Amino acid sequence: MPVLGVLVALLVLLPLGFVASYVATSSWAEIRQLVLRPRTAELLWNTSRLIAGCVLACAVLGTATAWLVERTTVPWRGLWRVLLVAPLAIPAFVNSYGWVSLLPGASGYGGALLIVTLSYFPLVYLPVGAALRGLDPALEESAFTLGRGPLRVFWGVVLPQLRPALAGGCLLVGLHLLAEFGALQMLRFPTFTVAIYEQYQSSFNGPAANMLSAVLLAYCLLLLLAELRLRRRARYARVGSGAARPAPRVRLGALTLPAVAGLALLAALSLGVPLGSLVYWLAKGTTSHVAFGPLGVAAATSLGLGATAALVTVALALPVAWLDVRRPGRLATLIERSTYFGNALPGIVVALALVTISIRVVPALYQTVPLLTAAYAILFLPRAVVGVRAALAQAPPVLDDVARSLGLSAMAGLRRVTIPLTAPGLGVGAALVFIAVVTELTATLLLAPTGTQTLATRFWASSDGLAYGEAAPYAAVMVLLSTPATYLLTRDMRRASSG
Amino acid sequence: MTALTVQGVTKSFGTTRVLHGVDLDAPARGLTAILGPSGCGKTTLLRLIAGFADPDTGTITLGEQTVFAGGRSVPPQRRRIGYVPQEGALFPHQSVAANIAFGLSRRERRSGHRLRELLDLVGLDREIAGRNPHELSGGQQQRVALARALAPEPDLVLLDEPFSALDARRRDDTRRAVAAALRAAGATAVLVTHDQAEALSMADQVAIMRDGRLVQIDRPATVYRQPRDAGIARFLGEAVLLPADVIDGKARCALGTLVVRTPSVTGPAEVLVRPEQLRLRHDGDGPTATVREISYYGHDAAVRLTLHPDGLPITARLSGTELPEPGSEVRVTVTSDVLAYPTPDTRGSRPPGEALVRHQ
Repeated sequence: MPVLGVLVALLVLLPLGFVASYVATSSWAEIRQLVLRPRTAELLWNTSRLIAGCVLACAVLGTATAWLVERTTVPWRGLWRVLLVAPLAIPAFVNSYGWVSLLPGASGYGGALLIVTLSYFPLVYLPVGAALRGLDPALEESAFTLGRGPLRVFWGVVLPQLRPALAGGCLLVGLHLLAEFGALQMLRFPTFTVAIYEQYQSSFNGPAANMLSAVLLAYCLLLLLAELRLRRRARYARVGSGAARPAPRVRLGALTLPAVAGLALLAALSLGVPLGSLVYWLAKGTTSHVAFGPLGVAAATSLGLGATAALVTVALALPVAWLDVRRPGRLATLIERSTYFGNALPGIVVALALVTISIRVVPALYQTVPLLTAAYAILFLPRAVVGVRAALAQAPPVLDDVARSLGLSAMAGLRRVTIPLTAPGLGVGAALVFIAVVTELTATLLLAPTGTQTLATRFWASSDGLAYGEAAPYAAVMVLLSTPATYLLTRDMRRASSG
Repeated sequence: MTALTVQGVTKSFGTTRVLHGVDLDAPARGLTAILGPSGCGKTTLLRLIAGFADPDTGTITLGEQTVFAGGRSVPPQRRRIGYVPQEGALFPHQSVAANIAFGLSRRERRSGHRLRELLDLVGLDREIAGRNPHELSGGQQQRVALARALAPEPDLVLLDEPFSALDARRRDDTRRAVAAALRAAGATAVLVTHDQAEALSMADQVAIMRDGRLVQIDRPATVYRQPRDAGIARFLGEAVLLPADVIDGKARCALGTLVVRTPSVTGPAEVLVRPEQLRLRHDGDGPTATVREISYYGHDAAVRLTLHPDGLPITARLSGTELPEPGSEVRVTVTSDVLAYPTPDTRGSRPPGEALVRHQ
């Protein structure tokens, strides 16, 4: 098992290692020529201001909505809890398609900021909401009795406790933005990922794309470090056991109406516009022509790739999670952490690394399903590890001992005890990977075998050519497929952060 | 007849030696308790007997079958042992009935006859057969775990601290039900525990383990009345240990001159007096002591005293009916003969002239 775990970690670290060695073997002149140029500065400026603006907006929106729903008397809380998470079911490039197809003017920094914020603010809302629910009201009550006013209590007591959740959510937003390609390309707002893709697509300029990829990777590591620093000393634990009492809610009174109006506006912008636009184009598209044939083919391709990748990724997650649960130690932690790099790596970096490696080392693998599956596995391994780890925790080793003492061989014990107990968790992990693959665009565009079209690439080809009606059915199927995964993912996040 | 024989078993984890040559015979149809503090190696010994791990050296024989010798090991599924782990470890995805029938053949599983028999044996209502493990109380879970272990009629049942997770009242009921079920099934059992009351009340034979060695193996009454050394005496219950001088079977100590049960000991020694051997009176003979505090338990009480003139602390256990007042002065007498151990200072383990009272 440890050997398998190390192999999985090596696979995941392959893109990182490739980029590092690429930079290390390039001459200084080359690096200077490719990196130190006005274009890089422009991309750096674009990427940075988008991340700064969007992270800030998401932090404010996410915290404010979480506070409204969890800590005030705002009506229809159950409804808002669903609507505030639902944007995650709409891939960002579908969201921007919804906006751009209705408002062609929605582009540039302003448009990009608005649209990615609407797509990603739930990534902050979810952990902050969970943290607010888990907060012990006794802390706030103590602060009040020590003579603090409500505002000073929020700043001095509540906000510091939200910091780990807030930092984690902001990191996710930042990493998603660094990796985002489809939405920003459609909005004609070039960031590193967009530029790398264009570089690769237009001139097939390997060195330039790889070097930009290195800069992007450095940016990712910077964000990861920043988040680590932010949460380093932020270990807040309730002393004592048992569940905290639910906190008393703030009475909104006359402010109820503006609060409801604000939440409704947010829901309309983040859900109403993309879904409405989708319905509009669906209705319009069906009157002209129905392309059920290609839709069926693309759906079948997506399902096939998703199922294959889900199977492979869960299989790769097994040794990692097994080591973490059954043989905890430094090696297990190291392996488990390294698999999380996949989550932080932009799809474009992984895809580009695999393209270059395959062309140089095993040309036969270039643009094949195995290579594409490897990219999916690297990108989505953390989702599978989470599910598999939970599954293995369901089957402690003592149950194996009992089964063997009752006369079962190791195989029979696996069949009658371990597999029945772990199957649900493995299924959840596989489902999460499956759906991520179905809506994956960047790596698929670069690595899919020639002529292979998935829902995402079909949608991309149509909407890129301004054929909005043609693109709509593909987007609709993707949204439908994403919905159950969003439910599963948010259920895990709610559980994970509320403890 | 011996159902289990362990000879010269050693086991190390890395550089740490956990078992230093353990020898144990468990008689058939009896319950042997392995009693020791946590970390003494008793659970390791149990896992070696079960076959979940292999000893470094030594042999293990179950009935006629040698299951471990010279590096050759019979896998656990072919040892015909039953195993009841801590907290039961029922299969969470299966009902009570399916759990109990887990080790049975397909035909026996279908008939249901054996299931009812086992539920009756461990004293469980037949109604609960359809429930899931999480719907049971801790005590019920332990009984189901025992029924599951007994179902394939094993030659030997191993119980690993099976009652430690239960609350006090349930623990007692469950202990008695388990002991009765084991007796009714005619099973040979080995129970691992750190609770001396559990070992003394349930077992036919108690094996005391300390630092990876079995230091005494005897019947419960014998280990309590004649512990081989002062450490075992202290581990098996409250003990008053007083420095003494033994001449001709009489020990002179702070409690007067006492008759010694161990005639071989002479010279400086340590005498063991159990708190229940002490009687307190307001007048008469015997050394005087001041009552410091009283812990009243209803059925009896522990009276802590300071012995005059040296100020040695001692504890007496009295029935709850006639108790002295705290602060009063009483006379202390010892009701029966005592045990003596050669003074530890000759063995260099503890400073002399100090009475040690350990409360378990």
